[in-house]
Amino acid sequence: MEETMFNILKLATRNLQRYRRRTFLTSMLITLGVVAVLLFISISGSFKAMMIGQITDSMLGHLQIHKKGYLASIDSLPLNRNLSGKQLQKIEQVLSQEKAVESYSMRIKLGAMFSNFTETTNIRLNSVLPDEELRTAPLLMERMIEGEKEGLLKKGEILVPELIAKGMKVKVGDSIVLVANNKDGSVNGQTFMVRGILEGISGPGGRDGMIHLDDAKALLRIDGDEVSEVAIRLKDIDQLPAVFARLKAELESMKNKDGKPVFEVHSWEKLSPFFNIAKMIDLMTFFIKIMLVAIVLVSIMNVMVMAVYERINEIGTIAAIGTSPGKIMSLFITEGFLMGVLGTAIGTAISLASILIMNGSQISFDFGRQKGLLLSPTIGAYDVVTVVFIVIVIAVAASLQPAYKAAQMDPNTALRHV
Amino acid sequence: MSVVIARQLKKTYISGDITVNAIQGVDFNIEPASFVSFIGPSGSGKSTLLNMIGCLDPPTEGTLQVAGKEITNLNRKEAALFRGKNIGFVFQDFNLIPVLSVFENVEYPLLMVQNWSKEKREKRVLDLLDAVGMADQANKKPSQISGGQKQRVAVARALVTNAKLVLADEPTANLDRETANRIIGLMKQMRDDFQTTFIFSTHDPRIVENVEITFTLEDGKFTSHTDNHGGDHV
Repeated sequence: MEETMFNILKLATRNLQRYRRRTFLTSMLITLGVVAVLLFISISGSFKAMMIGQITDSMLGHLQIHKKGYLASIDSLPLNRNLSGKQLQKIEQVLSQEKAVESYSMRIKLGAMFSNFTETTNIRLNSVLPDEELRTAPLLMERMIEGEKEGLLKKGEILVPELIAKGMKVKVGDSIVLVANNKDGSVNGQTFMVRGILEGISGPGGRDGMIHLDDAKALLRIDGDEVSEVAIRLKDIDQLPAVFARLKAELESMKNKDGKPVFEVHSWEKLSPFFNIAKMIDLMTFFIKIMLVAIVLVSIMNVMVMAVYERINEIGTIAAIGTSPGKIMSLFITEGFLMGVLGTAIGTAISLASILIMNGSQISFDFGRQKGLLLSPTIGAYDVVTVVFIVIVIAVAASLQPAYKAAQMDPNTALRHV
Repeated sequence: MSVVIARQLKKTYISGDITVNAIQGVDFNIEPASFVSFIGPSGSGKSTLLNMIGCLDPPTEGTLQVAGKEITNLNRKEAALFRGKNIGFVFQDFNLIPVLSVFENVEYPLLMVQNWSKEKREKRVLDLLDAVGMADQANKKPSQISGGQKQRVAVARALVTNAKLVLADEPTANLDRETANRIIGLMKQMRDDFQTTFIFSTHDPRIVENVEITFTLEDGKFTSHTDNHGGDHV
C-alpha cells in the first residue's frame, strides 16, 4: 500500500515535470496568491494590533463599566449618571474575584470651561487617580509630548490636549482656570498648573484633557465616592470575550429597587470606532482569501483538465492493464495536490522572508494624527497554517472533477483516442 | 479447458438512428497456449471481438468465458481487476508510459495492479526484460529506444503478471519488416516459454503465416476458421 502510494507520488511528480513550464507558471500563480494573502494578513494584522494596542493601552482600557444609560448620553458627559459609592463597592467586589483582571481605574468625565485668562474655550476632561490610570493605560505616558512624565500628574495639575494647548497658546508651567457646572447646576472654578501636553489619538476621549480625580470631585463639589466609569485592563487581551461575557452576565443582572439593570459593561470594540475599521480589515482579508481560492481553483482546474485531455490514450492504457478507477483518480488528484504544495511552499517562504525584511527595514507610517508609527508585520502560525490548508484543500478539490473524469473514462474509447 | 469460450456472442452499437451489428452471434473456443489471430477487412469486427475478450467492451448478447470466468456482466472495477490478473495487452502504438523507464513500465502492473513485494517484483521484471532482450536498456525512457524495442518492452509488460492471455491489436503495424518478424518470433517464443495464449487482431500476413489458428471475420461473422494443424473449416 505504501509502495503504491509512493509510486503514485512518483508518477504524479514525473507527470508534472513533463510540462515543466506549465507546472512552473501554475505554481507561480498560486505562489503570488499566497504571498499576497500572507503579506496582507501580516501587515493589516500588525496595523490592527498596533492600533488596538494604542487605543486600549493609552486610553480606553479593554473593558468599561458604566451606570446603565451612560454610554447613550456620553456626548453630554452626564454627571447625573455617575456610579455611586455603593455601586462602586459592588463593582470592586466583582472585579476582585475576576482573576483575568490586571487593574482598573476609576474616572470622572466632565466638561468644563478652560481659560488662560485672556481666552476661554470648552474642554472635555478625564479625571483619574494617576497610579491606577497608569496601570490600566500603560501607554498613556507615551502620549505626553511635553512636560514631566514621571507620576503623570498631581493634584492641582492638568494635562492639556495638544490642540487646545496650541489654540490657546498654553505652555507647560502656565496657570489656567477650569470652570465647571456640577450636576445641580451650580458653578465652581479652580486654578490649575499645566503639567504637560497630551497628544491626541483617534477615538472617543482621544482629545480629552486630564486632571486628578480629587480635583474633579472638588471642582464638581462631589462628596464621597462617585465616578463616571471604571476602565479595566486584562492580563491577556485574548481573554476579552470570556471575561466580557462573565462581567456582563454578572453585573448586568444586578437590578435596582425598580427592577431595572444598574450597570452596563462594554468592551473597547463597542466604545471605539476603530473597531469598524478592524472589521473592515477582517472583511478585506476574507475577500483576499476568496480571491486566492479562485486563483487556485481556476489555475489548477485548468491545468488538470488539460492534463487529462492530453493523456487520454495513456489513461486508456493504464486502465486496460488493470489500474483501478480509484488509483487513476488518485494519480490526478496527487498531481493537483503537489502543484498546490509547491506553490504554497514557495509562497510561504517568500512571504516569511519579506516579513523579516520589512521588520529589518523599520518602515514607518502616519495614521491620522499619529505620526511615525513603525510597521512591524508579524504573522501567526495559525494564519500560515490556515492559508496553507485552504490552498491545498482547494488544489485537491480543483483536481477532483478532472480526476473523476479520467477515472470514469471508458478504456476502450480512451485507447482509440488520437 | 478452453481459455476463451464464446457462445452466440453479439455486439451492437447504436448511435442515434444508426444501429451497427459489429459482431453477429459468433461461437468459438480458444485453447490454452495457442497462437490465434482474428483477421478481416476494416470494420469486420476483429478489434471489437478482441475488446470483448479483453473486458474492455461488454457484449450485447451471448456468453463469454475468459480464463474460467464469465465476464459478460463485470462492472468497471471488477473488469479492471480481472484484466490486471489474467490479461496482458500489446498495442499497435506500444503505449508505454513515457515518464517511466523501461524497467518501471514493466514493473507497473506488478506494483499498481498486483502489489508484488519489491524483491519478487525486481526479479520478475529483470527475468522478463532478459527474456525479451531488453535487460541492458532497463533504465532508458521509452523516448530513448526504437519502435521494435518499445514493442519488446510492451510484450514484457503484458507477460509480467503471468497473464493467461495476451491480446495484441495490430502489434506489428508500426514496425518495419525485420523488426516485425523479430517481434512475432519473440511472442511465439514467449508463448512456448510461458504457455500463454496470444490472440492477435491483424491485417499483417506475417502474423497470419505464423499463427496456428486463424479466424476470418466479415461483417461481424466468421467466414472461415483455419487451423494450421488441422485444415480449414467454414
